[in-house]
Amino acid sequence: MRKSRLLIEILCNPSAAGHFTPPDWDLLLRQARSANLVAHLGVLLEQQSEGVEIPQRVHRHLAAARLTVKRQNMAVRWEISQLQQALYSLSVPILALKGTAYVLADLPNGHGRLFSDIDILVPRAALNEVEIRLRRYGWRSTHNNAYDQRYYRQWMHELPPLQHIRRQTVLDVHHSILPLTARIHPDPRRLIENAVADPASEDLFWLAPADMVLHSMTHLFHDGELENGLRDLVDIKLLLEHFATEAAFWHRLVERARVLELTRPLYYGLRYVQQVLQLPVPAQTVKSISAGGPNPLLGKMMDLLFETALQPSHATCDSIWTASARWMLYIRAHALRMPFRLLIPHLMRKALVKRQEVEIKIPEELKKIVADVER
Amino acid sequence: MPAIIPNSRQDEIRRALRGDGYRIKIGPFNVSLRSRLNKVAESMSLFYGDYPQLPADAFVDYHVRVDNPLGLRRWLHPQAIFSFDGFTPFKPLPEAQAFAMFEWGLNWCIATTAHQFLVVHSAVVAKDDRAIILPGDPGSGKSTLCAAMVSQGWRLLSDEMALIDPEAEHITPLPRPIGLKNESIEIIRTYGNNVTLGPSINDTAKGTVAHMRPPPDTLQHATRAAQPDHIVFPRYTTGAATELRPLNKPRTLTRVAEQSFNYHILGEDGFTTLTRLVSNCPAVELSYSHLDSAIAQIDALVS
Repeated sequence: MRKSRLLIEILCNPSAAGHFTPPDWDLLLRQARSANLVAHLGVLLEQQSEGVEIPQRVHRHLAAARLTVKRQNMAVRWEISQLQQALYSLSVPILALKGTAYVLADLPNGHGRLFSDIDILVPRAALNEVEIRLRRYGWRSTHNNAYDQRYYRQWMHELPPLQHIRRQTVLDVHHSILPLTARIHPDPRRLIENAVADPASEDLFWLAPADMVLHSMTHLFHDGELENGLRDLVDIKLLLEHFATEAAFWHRLVERARVLELTRPLYYGLRYVQQVLQLPVPAQTVKSISAGGPNPLLGKMMDLLFETALQPSHATCDSIWTASARWMLYIRAHALRMPFRLLIPHLMRKALVKRQEVEIKIPEELKKIVADVER
Repeated sequence: MPAIIPNSRQDEIRRALRGDGYRIKIGPFNVSLRSRLNKVAESMSLFYGDYPQLPADAFVDYHVRVDNPLGLRRWLHPQAIFSFDGFTPFKPLPEAQAFAMFEWGLNWCIATTAHQFLVVHSAVVAKDDRAIILPGDPGSGKSTLCAAMVSQGWRLLSDEMALIDPEAEHITPLPRPIGLKNESIEIIRTYGNNVTLGPSINDTAKGTVAHMRPPPDTLQHATRAAQPDHIVFPRYTTGAATELRPLNKPRTLTRVAEQSFNYHILGEDGFTTLTRLVSNCPAVELSYSHLDSAIAQIDALVS
């Protein structure tokens, strides 16, 4: 087994860990940590690796990550109940997205996934009222310079991220799943119409299975932040394994992609979940979406780029092309998000204005043992 | 700096730091540190030179690194940055603070991942395996008291973090250099005869920082757990008379919970561990300004 392929091999075939030496486990955990997949690895090894003896030291890390996910999931449910309270009298549907939805819908994805923001979608017509109400309940806008505010409000599919003043949680309020300026426009009303209601409450929803898969793919192939790309691809795999238990689902998925104008993300999603994570996809489905793919030359290039960029973000998985591949996909994603006349000034600005450092939150209680080293 | 570690050993450590990593066992954790910085090599030799080495094929819990960040600045005002296997949770700091950064970074790794323990911000010292837990906010005098006790023959389990085992309820040693600040540095330097201090690092956010080397016998017992015996909340007040005040259980519980890094992650297990700890351990608040009489009071608690 090649060293750079260790994590991906185990994601595809967990029982291969049966022959692992301590240095293999060491590297596996390092790759999993940089791919943000430690908890998922823990779930996977527990469920699908009969006969694999996990060394105690490794097990501790897996268990700790799963425990952290468990607490996070409780916190997410609490946060959502706070949101429901804040928005109660507006009678708007709150549609949970991404990680938040996986937790609320109790999907397998929710058991091994750490994420930082709560994501919801509300009807665009209600956006103003929702924002005012959230402000009254303690959520404040985080990107306070004029450019960022305009960037989000005029072009994007979400409000500038909000942060709660007491709990410090970050909330992304979406009104669509792609920017207003993107070339394709999946109609958010169709997503809301089709949404699944939380059996326990009146105002809480999440996307219907096919829509959820398509959104997950759209996010990965249009967002451009490929550092967590493998984690996102694992999400797609888990969703498909969970939902696609009958042939009819595959058919529905393809139909929905047509209605929502999302055949291209579906094409890429299915292609790389097969190629990178070896998920079997029915030949019939692959054939029916082949027309939605890129031309052969572009296709070859995309294969090269994505297969490089979707590796774990760990030094032992990087090739000399990794950084350039991720950069090119970042530019591509932006080109899909906005027309050329907006894109060029936007990227120039991003390059010139010192990039806002990614904020890593050091929890309050840790500050006393790390001195002034917080960002 | 006193030459405790022979030069040949220092060279070995420097080579390991510059190569695949200096791999040692620190308490229950396997750690591998890489660094090209001379200051780090010197301090690692002084403080960690005689820690148990890991076999070449050991699983490593924390692969960390302290080095200059890329960029022009390193030619003008060299900085150091801590990374946990490529992930950099903190902003860079002046290079002079590189070793302290390793200590802080390792604290961060442990506090965010070692959930097999209830981790409490406190010093722990023991006599005959009876452990005194000294929780405390910065400024309470916890590290000073801990350093003084250690130089008087108490066994150091930890200066910064108590690793409480949720099942066995005992405390696993995590012996590391004791971080001292400002006035405490001179007080401890002149206090006992068992004291070796590293270089002072000026102008950190905590003021001047220096580390005290754990006495050699600490490492011989580095795997021997101790039973919690008393919880002592130190409170240094200039000119105060030494005074022990008992603290009731509910108040103790909340105060220890406040000092825990992962109580909220352990959930019910954390609560059970903490209640058992607090019901089995009497707790006191110790006001003091004089180290000898403070230590005499604590001695009396376990005799």
